[in-house]
This record gives sequence, structure tokens and C-alpha cells, in this order.
Amino acid sequence: MEIKRRDFLKGVAGGAALALARPTLALAREKIRLPDAVGILYDATLCIGCKTCMVGCRKANDLPPEMQGAQTLWDNPVDLSAKTLNIIKKYEHGTGRDKDRETDGYSFIKRHCMHCVDPACVSACPATALTKDKKTGIVSYNKDACIGCRYCQVACPFNIPKFEWDNPFPKIVKCQLCNHLVEKGELPGCCSACPTGASLFGSLTGLLEEAKRRQNMAPGKYYDFPLSSLESGRTQDKPAAHYIPALYGETEVGGTQVLMLSGVPFGKLGLPDLPSGSYVALAENIQHTLYQWMILPIVALGGLIFLVKKRGDKGE
Amino acid sequence: MKEEQPLGGKILTPTFLFCLLLFLISLLFIGKRFIYGLGAVTHMSDGYPWGIWIAFDVVIGTAFGCGGYALALLIYVFNKGEYHPLLRPALMTSLFGYSLAGVAVVIDVGRYWQLYNIFLPWYMNPSSVLLEVALCVGAYVLVLWVEFTPTFLTKLGADTAKSRLKKIMFIFIALGILLPTMHQSSLGTVMLVAGSKLSPLWWTGLLPLLFLISCIFLGWGIVVFESCVSAQRYTLPDETHLLGKLSAVMAWLIAVYLAVRFADVAIRGHLNLAFKGDLLGNMFLLENLLLLVPMCILFVPANRRKAPLLFLSAVSIVLAATMYRFNCYIIGFNPGDGWRYFPAFGEIFISIGIVAIEIMAFLWFIKRLPVYRRA
Repeated sequence: MEIKRRDFLKGVAGGAALALARPTLALAREKIRLPDAVGILYDATLCIGCKTCMVGCRKANDLPPEMQGAQTLWDNPVDLSAKTLNIIKKYEHGTGRDKDRETDGYSFIKRHCMHCVDPACVSACPATALTKDKKTGIVSYNKDACIGCRYCQVACPFNIPKFEWDNPFPKIVKCQLCNHLVEKGELPGCCSACPTGASLFGSLTGLLEEAKRRQNMAPGKYYDFPLSSLESGRTQDKPAAHYIPALYGETEVGGTQVLMLSGVPFGKLGLPDLPSGSYVALAENIQHTLYQWMILPIVALGGLIFLVKKRGDKGE
Repeated sequence: MKEEQPLGGKILTPTFLFCLLLFLISLLFIGKRFIYGLGAVTHMSDGYPWGIWIAFDVVIGTAFGCGGYALALLIYVFNKGEYHPLLRPALMTSLFGYSLAGVAVVIDVGRYWQLYNIFLPWYMNPSSVLLEVALCVGAYVLVLWVEFTPTFLTKLGADTAKSRLKKIMFIFIALGILLPTMHQSSLGTVMLVAGSKLSPLWWTGLLPLLFLISCIFLGWGIVVFESCVSAQRYTLPDETHLLGKLSAVMAWLIAVYLAVRFADVAIRGHLNLAFKGDLLGNMFLLENLLLLVPMCILFVPANRRKAPLLFLSAVSIVLAATMYRFNCYIIGFNPGDGWRYFPAFGEIFISIGIVAIEIMAFLWFIKRLPVYRRA
């Protein structure tokens, strides 16, 4: 009995030594901003809640309006859904008199896919149906790979991927930053439609600089704000609002390519409070530590085969 | 040395026929699901994309199959050969639990006609925890069918085939210990990805470890439950002394689990949430109380010799581990924005139908195949 236990422990010790001897590959999984990444800067202080971006999105993606209730006049979804990739919502408090004020004020907020730097959906999907473009960083969906398991929905900290629950042959649906237009050098539907420059397209580095410029503005003073994209050449001259000193998407879950500026705390606008670490990075680290090259399982299997064979035929 | 034998008797008993009725009704709802889509029979939503089919039929269903795993660990790794009589029924339960989890997955996934994509190398995402779970569970189902084949071969009288298979069986037994270790722990890692959407009472980097430990004592609980129920219904030898010895080990395992569980929540600074008196706090307390009480009972040697106490402890432990999984996958999961989930009638009935066919298969197997040893 003792000899057998010693053999078992030897096997485990050997396996453990092997595991520890490997360099800490498991931790080297840094996801950084891609150099040519594109994104959208949404500035809630510029947004007037006109929802032209929602119209632009439907046009760019050939989507019919989503009509709530019995009426068939208005496109009026209440949230993102399998039919709505982009939505404007409103925050209101008390008298709701002052724009971009937390108390007795109101603000708009635009919600759609954040195109994360380290997308949880891309890591989670078992069938590689969600992928991050190596150049632009746009996160896209491929229905031919998708098995409809909806793990992407569980994983996304922003609850973005939506599912066609009423379709017997359902797909996952989400904003894809109009990659079909971006690859032709055109603008995403929301940004080309936006009249105030609240939705601004550009390179991620450029947008980060623009965001910093805005945070350094003196409230009330007039500045030029670009319209549609950083490169469009069109601007509007406006007084800067009072921004809260934070850029949403700068660090949240490793950073996102859709950035948000606002005069009202992000939590009040429905944006989740997230840490800078990525949860999928932690899960992947655990998986890689245990299963990289299947070394540990193979060693364990070897030990187990040895033990089971040694114990002899038990009648099974 | 007593041999396993079919228990014989009528197949079409009232229990069997009732289960058949339940199964046939569930087929109507399954049909509805495939014709009209998931929304027509379930209350799953964009906020709660996973419901009882995943939390119960897959996660808990496969955990119920851990009896075979726990026994194999004991018999082959820790060399406790005396538990061998308990193995075949436990393997059979594993077989059903896992195979039917597979059925539940096919019903649950939206694009089921492409489900095989995850087995294609050009679609596989090696970073995905769910892929590892799927591949592991798929492989384990195959291993279970191979491990159970000698039982079929005995009935068919195919002795040459049986002895040839037994020569290589050790490989499958070894796999049958490795694979559940991998995927039962990974079922915990699956919810790690949910991050801030999972309550801090359940979210932890230790999810894989806690899932693994709890599946072992859940497996033990199932073995005891099954042994006691079958001993009541059919004339079988009394295995109380065997189960009692095993219970001492389980009591220690539960102690380790509870220590790790509470220390983890406390160190992360969230123990106060347990005592808020709200649903989540109470579920956390209940889930762990259902482990603490049987643990205390089983630490007393005299209690371990009493079949009723063993049975009640087993039921409590099975309930606790089941609750833990339910809490991790549904109850502790909160995507925010006022989303709510409660399963729909059709959704519940499909789960019932899956369990019903499992019971029907169980009854047919024990009566027509050599699974149990007669007294």
C-alpha cells in the first residue's frame, strides 16, 4: 500500500515540477490598443437627443424600424435589441432643467457595442463567431460560425450582444462599427448622421487626444468641435460644457474603442462601474496555466493510467 | 464474489408509464421550441441568456453524474477497492446525467444545426472556457459509454469481446478520472467570465476549485442516495458500512470546502453581504448551512453507521451543491437594468421531460442489465 502511494506522490510531484519549471507564459496575455485602431468618441454634452444617429444606423445596416406598442408610426425601441444596434437614452433628475447637470438636470447617453480592446465576447465564444479585426480592432460577428450558445451575452460586461429569441433560426446581433463602410473609407452610419458632432469617428489615438483636449477646456469658453469625424474638416464653434474629469472606456475592462465624455457621472447614465482588469484575462490565465499544450493533463493521464493498470483488473 | 445481475420484473410499472406521459407532453413543447424559436417556450432573455436548461440540466445534471467520478477516484487513485460494488450503478447515473445534458444543450443552443462547429479545428477558439467544457464533456460521454459496454456485452453473452475490451479498459478508467476533473472545475471558470455581473458572494478566482471540491461530495451524496433508495425498493445487500466509511472522508472534504469558501468571501471583504437579510444573503447562508449541518452529523462515528442519518445527510449535501450551482449561474447573476428571470411553463416541462426519460432509462437498465448485485 505504502509503495503504491509513494508512486502516486512521485507522479504528482513530477507533474508539479514540470508545471512550475515552465516560464510564466500564462501571465503574458497583454491586450493593448492596436496602433491603427478606430473608434467613436461620444460626447454627451454635445448630444441633443435628436436620435438621427439611430436613423443613420438603420439606414447603414438596412434595418427596419422597431415599433413598440400597437402604433406603426414611430421607431421607438426602449433598449438595444435584435432589431436595434444603437440607442439614445435620457437621464433626468428632479426638475430636469439644466443640460448635463447631475442634480435637477438631464443628459443623453448613446449605447452600442464598445468594441473593447480585450473583448470578453471574443474570448468567450467557443466557435470563434466573434472576432476582433487585427487592424481596426472592430469586433464583428460571423453567423456561419455561431452555434447560438449565448455565452457572449453572459460574458459582455455591457450586455451588448442581443439574440433573436423569436426566430427559429436565430443570430446574435450587435453594432459592428459599420465595418462594411469603414473598410471602404466611409464613416459609420451614426457618425455621418450626427448633426452636432456628439458621435465622432476617428483613429483611437486621435480620439484619445481629442478627449484630453476637451477635458482641458474652460467651461463656457468657445472652441471648435469637429463634426462626423476627426478628418472631416467640418467643425462647429460652441461653448464647452463642464465635463466630469473622467473618460469612460479609457481603462474599463482593459479599455474600449468607444469612448464617452459627459457632464453627469457615468453611473447615473447607466454605464457599469468596471475595474481596469479584464475578467476574461483572468479566466484565460487559469486555463492556460492548467492546459497550455495539454502538458498537465497528459502528465496527469500518464500517472492515472499507471495507477489504474497497477491496481489490476477490478472486474470492470 | 457476488456478480451483478438484472433485477428483472415488469418494465411498464406505474412510475415508468407516468414518466412516459411526462416525456410525451414535453415533446410538444420541444416541438414548439424548434418551430417558433426559444422565446416561444422560455423566459430566457438578453439579460438572462442562460436559464434552467443550462443551470439545471447541464451544470447540475452533469454534477449529479459525479458519483462515478468520485468512486473512481477512491477506488483507483486511493486504492479503496472495497467500494467497487457501488461503481456500476454510479457509472450508469453518470451515463444518463451526461448524455441528457448533451440533449439539453442541443435543445438550448440557438444554431443547433451548426453545433458541430465547435469540433472543427478552424472554428475552435482555444481561449474559450466553454470550448474546453464542451470538448471535455463530449469526450467523457464517449468514455462513459465505453466503460458501460461490458454491462451490455454480458447481457448479449459476448464474452470474447468483453474480455478484449477489459484488457484496455484501464485507459478509459484513467480518462474517466482526468476528464471530469477538467470540466467540472471549468464549469466554475465559465462563470468567472461573468465578472461584476455575478454577486461577490459567488464570484471568485477560486470558482474552479470550489466547483471541483463540491462535485466530489455531490457525487458521494448521489451514490448514498441511490444506494439507500434502491435498497428500499429492491432486495439488495446492505451497503451502509461501506457508505459510512466513505462519509468520514466527505465530512473532512466539506470542512475544507467551507473553510475556503468563507475565508475567500471574507478576504475579498464581502462577508457583510451574507447577513443583509436579502435573497442573495439568505441563499448564501442556506447553501452553506446545508453543508455545515450534515458535516457535523457525519463527524460523529456512531451517526455514520445509521442508514437514515446517512441518507438525510446525503440529501442535504446534494441540495447544497445543487443550490451552489444554481446560485452561481442564475440567482447570483444580475446583469443590472432591472432584468428578471423565472422559467416559463414550457421551459420547466422540457426539463421535466428530460428527467422523465432519464428515470425511464434507469428503470429499464437496472431491470434488464446486470447493474446491481443481488442480496
